[in-house]
Amino acid sequence: MKHPYIPHTEEDIREMLDFIGVSSIDDLFSEVPVSTRSSLNLPKSQDEFTVFTHLKGISKRNADLEEYTVLLGAGIYKRYVPSVVYDLAMKPEFLTAYTPYQAEISQGTLQALFEYQTMVCELTGMEVANSSMYDGATALAEAVLMCFRLTGKEKVLVARSVHSEYREVLGTYLKTRGFRIDEIGYDDTGRVVLEDIDDETAAVVVQYPNFFGVIEDLEYVRKKTQNTMMVVVVEPVSLAILEPPGNFGADVVVGEGQSLGIPMWLGGYSLGIFATREKYVRQMPGRLIGETVDAEGNTSYTMILQTREQHIRRAKATSNICSNHAHAALIAAVYLSVMGPEGLKEVAKRSYDAAHYLQEKLEERGFRKKFSGDFFSEFVFEVPEDYPERWKKMMEKKILGPLPLERMYPELGSVALACATEMTTKDDIERFLEAMR
Amino acid sequence: MRMKKYTRTHEWVEIEGKVATVGITNHAQEELGDVVYVDLPEVGKEVKKGDVVASIESVKAAADVYAPLSGKITEVNERLETEPELINKDAEGEGWIFKMEIADESELSDLLDEQAYKEFCEQK
Repeated sequence: MKHPYIPHTEEDIREMLDFIGVSSIDDLFSEVPVSTRSSLNLPKSQDEFTVFTHLKGISKRNADLEEYTVLLGAGIYKRYVPSVVYDLAMKPEFLTAYTPYQAEISQGTLQALFEYQTMVCELTGMEVANSSMYDGATALAEAVLMCFRLTGKEKVLVARSVHSEYREVLGTYLKTRGFRIDEIGYDDTGRVVLEDIDDETAAVVVQYPNFFGVIEDLEYVRKKTQNTMMVVVVEPVSLAILEPPGNFGADVVVGEGQSLGIPMWLGGYSLGIFATREKYVRQMPGRLIGETVDAEGNTSYTMILQTREQHIRRAKATSNICSNHAHAALIAAVYLSVMGPEGLKEVAKRSYDAAHYLQEKLEERGFRKKFSGDFFSEFVFEVPEDYPERWKKMMEKKILGPLPLERMYPELGSVALACATEMTTKDDIERFLEAMR
Repeated sequence: MRMKKYTRTHEWVEIEGKVATVGITNHAQEELGDVVYVDLPEVGKEVKKGDVVASIESVKAAADVYAPLSGKITEVNERLETEPELINKDAEGEGWIFKMEIADESELSDLLDEQAYKEFCEQK
């Protein structure tokens, strides 16, 4: 054996090569350009101990956010996860990369995903949810593509108050395919301003609460989008105390599910939430788990409407997303069931209260709030011009402060986006205010 | 004059004057297995011969239905929305999928008659 993890002997390899009529392993890869084959530039293999030591050295260079005061959100949040969540979610039975195509051997995973879908529907006020996508940004891109399929139109209006990275991902997905993206502005409240929408427009995309933390007026958005599909990007914890977008008649609700028990993990992997109306289900991307009965009449679970998907319809699939973040969805299902509706409300309320307390304290010190609209747990405030440098300096004191926005929103001048969660303490806020002196 | 023709993509076409009624053949429904959903075309849609106009989902596969001729869709079988199983029960009768107005009669010569279609299926 040439390699400890590849079980084939020299004879095995010879026999296989002879069988397919290829003289050597190199010939097997002759289709791949030589330049590509030799460009990996990997060091020689080393023993486990040496590799571990090396990797630990690299990982020590990462900041451990447990030790930090974190007042930065912008899409990924420092939240508390009860330890029982991981005790359950990390059971080896759940830690499989296997897609649960065979219902007879996957009932546990299938039921967990079904429960996840149900809870997503309850949170968003929608009728169907898929069993996850990669993350919030790709879920949004898939939602817009779905609106194009349903309407036959090729233009989308996206609020500038939607996370700029989501807008970038959307651009990556759409622009090479000839679709058009137009931007919608915002006013002094921080909420979107919608003009009359032409009939070339497939969908309007807003975020709720938006990137500035401001709670959009979805009733107004729905009124303005009578003949257009309405796509809403959400933060799931906020929906425990905000009216769900489904109640305002949203057509698609997507979002980043990291808040639901998933660590920050350097910004990923995370969880893409996708929910819509039942009438659109055949155009919905991703996997769907359904509840049924088995031959003996027992409740059981299985993947359904698979004919939309790539393994059946190949190039003509509804979407070419052929994988999902099933384990992240499972973690979210466990987290939500541990918290319960009341627990999640508590998380949302504490986040809201902490953010509003922080905002008051900043205002007292002369750092004014930028927008007048109601906010949930994030807000934009005015900062001195040298704030970006200060922000970097604060990190040395283990404070991850509010995000400077000049790169994303140059039109706003010197402002930063602050965030508080249920984990933000008075001490955290004091430390930050001290650093802002 | 009435005549019934077939395509190599397993549609049957019943022609009556300017109107063609289209469905999938009995052979095709057997291959597909239990049909659970039919995605019907829009009435009024102009199609070219060979365009995908409808799709049929069964418990194990999805298959497209192609326009056997060019023309305009004039009617669809709405019963299939609630009773997709009609395709299994009576593919070449009550399980018809759509009717169309024929735009170019010269295209008829590309279609197979019953004998030719039978032979075509046996070769596969």
